Amino acid sequence: MSDSKNSDTKNSKLAKTKPVLSTAKRQKQRREFIRSSLLTVGVVSLSLAGLLPVVRGHSARLRPPGALKKLLDEQKFFAACIKCGQCVQVCPVNAIKLAELDEGVGIGVPYIDAREQACDFSCDGLQCVLACPTGALTHDLDYPADTRMGFARLDNPKTCLAAKGQGFKGQVRGPDFKGLLRYDEVDRWAPIPVADHPYDLELCDLCVRQCPIEIRITQCAAEEKERAAAEKAGQITGKIARVAERHGNECPPKHAIELRPIKSDDGVKRMLPVVLDGCVGCGVCEMICPVEESPSIVIDIDKITDWS
Amino acid sequence: MKYIFESLSQVFGNAPTRPDKNKQSDELKNIYQGKKGNLSKAEIEAVHLEHHSQFFRKWQRRRWITLILVNVLFLVSYKFDVQLLEGAMTASRFVGFHMADLNSALQVVLAYKHIVLNLVIGTTTVFIMWLLLGGRTFCSWACPYHLLSEWAEILHLWLVKKKIIKNHTFHRKTRSIFYVIFALLALLSGYTIFETISPTGIVSRAIIYGPGVALLWIGALLLFEVFYSRRAWCRYVCPIGVTYAAVGTISPVRVTYNAEACHHEGDCRKVCLVPHVLDMTIRGRAHTVNQDITSDCTRCGMCVDVCPTDSLNFKIKGLDKFL
Repeated sequence: MSDSKNSDTKNSKLAKTKPVLSTAKRQKQRREFIRSSLLTVGVVSLSLAGLLPVVRGHSARLRPPGALKKLLDEQKFFAACIKCGQCVQVCPVNAIKLAELDEGVGIGVPYIDAREQACDFSCDGLQCVLACPTGALTHDLDYPADTRMGFARLDNPKTCLAAKGQGFKGQVRGPDFKGLLRYDEVDRWAPIPVADHPYDLELCDLCVRQCPIEIRITQCAAEEKERAAAEKAGQITGKIARVAERHGNECPPKHAIELRPIKSDDGVKRMLPVVLDGCVGCGVCEMICPVEESPSIVIDIDKITDWS
Repeated sequence: MKYIFESLSQVFGNAPTRPDKNKQSDELKNIYQGKKGNLSKAEIEAVHLEHHSQFFRKWQRRRWITLILVNVLFLVSYKFDVQLLEGAMTASRFVGFHMADLNSALQVVLAYKHIVLNLVIGTTTVFIMWLLLGGRTFCSWACPYHLLSEWAEILHLWLVKKKIIKNHTFHRKTRSIFYVIFALLALLSGYTIFETISPTGIVSRAIIYGPGVALLWIGALLLFEVFYSRRAWCRYVCPIGVTYAAVGTISPVRVTYNAEACHHEGDCRKVCLVPHVLDMTIRGRAHTVNQDITSDCTRCGMCVDVCPTDSLNFKIKGLDKFL
């Protein structure tokens, strides 16, 4: 600015005519125009650089229940998400995190790192879906079993303890593991650290034992049994519908995972987890798998079928 | 109506309309005439110094406290699970009621091309709220980046005073161009492109959910503002400001100017984020004796604080008739 002032005074010394003064002014305007153009190009290119991680497919992640996505195409989900983190705030196990700037346009979009903290449906009611103000987590689902975040896959059968015929004793993932899980037998409403819940298993069946869908199936069976007993005792009349009817398809959901015996030549009892249709991809099996180096069972995020 | 058009014109980036000398009232002309030689430079200086010797940052203090409280409320609501203000600046729930930032909501609607009821509720609530509070009031009273930028500005002004750096201006129409570009980018790409670089969202999330690498971008922006161009983001880029300035055109909360006592020193324009709105404080530039500041004003109150003659004040349109 002082540049133009200097030239102003110089020019006015030479000739006190209007056109000279306006030349200096025009020069100043021209410089401002160039600066403004550069600013526009710069800021717009920076913002467009945010598309790179998406184009390269670096942004694919396990997303919260109901995320609007189709296979690895997360465009709709990214578009609909307003990046406010209300889903983060309601999750009772803090499974949901917000992506950082390295994910470009995915910044502020929620994801789940299942190995660190899986979604175990502790909230029962899909709180994150209810909290979402924009429908990026679609309200079209009512029960945990309706969702399909991903699909579990036995990634490394060789390391699987059950396949080796081994049991498990002690704290899964060690004493320092921060992950939480809800244990029905401890407290249905308050998840506790996995480290506070040691196991003593003859044959490791953690992925099946802790599967939220399998737990739900057990609960449904118990409810059904209770209802039958009450009916028999004449405490309820036929007016009350069966639990399964009351909850639509929710109770009981389809099986998600089971252990199947495998042949063994040495007489050791061996089993192999088999993922079934009912798997919702919540990631609890991946989190709870005690194989340290890398879990034997993982969630595939490219096998999503439900939401588009 | 004239206020709305003049406001929109200035928000778009046009220079303020100069008054037609023939249309200025006799009262206004007399005021300008009467000031000539009435007060000596020394006397004006004395009034100026007296005002500045007192603590005169009343509105700035109130504003900083409000801004910090709002942002802390977000943090506290999350950390201590009190359900007061959940979410972030882009969208939240105030004691259960949906709120959605107008510009973030616009980006989402353009990119997603669907409108969800919750978002309509949230946007309407926020629209009515800032309509009642003054539109760009959001910028200076709630936006967390604004405060950081204000602190950077203090440093910038000090460096300029010491002649270490020079300020570089951009054309104000750049902001309108950004507004259109970001709207088009959201519509065409299907991604909320602006949110990637929006410091309002980034800083708000950093406060609530913890800092991350995105703060490097905020740091770069602040350095740019300190060393190159004063308040560059808020003045020349941010589409959020444009959105709320549009809301402000029909808001009753305004800063208003009275030409009578004004010394035309220009202190108000020196502290202002958007000095073009204070054009009428230049001698001869007022259209009427009392004139409202246009909606690009963020209602920050810096000019009200700094004015030694009490010529600038907050007002609520329509309410002065009752009082």
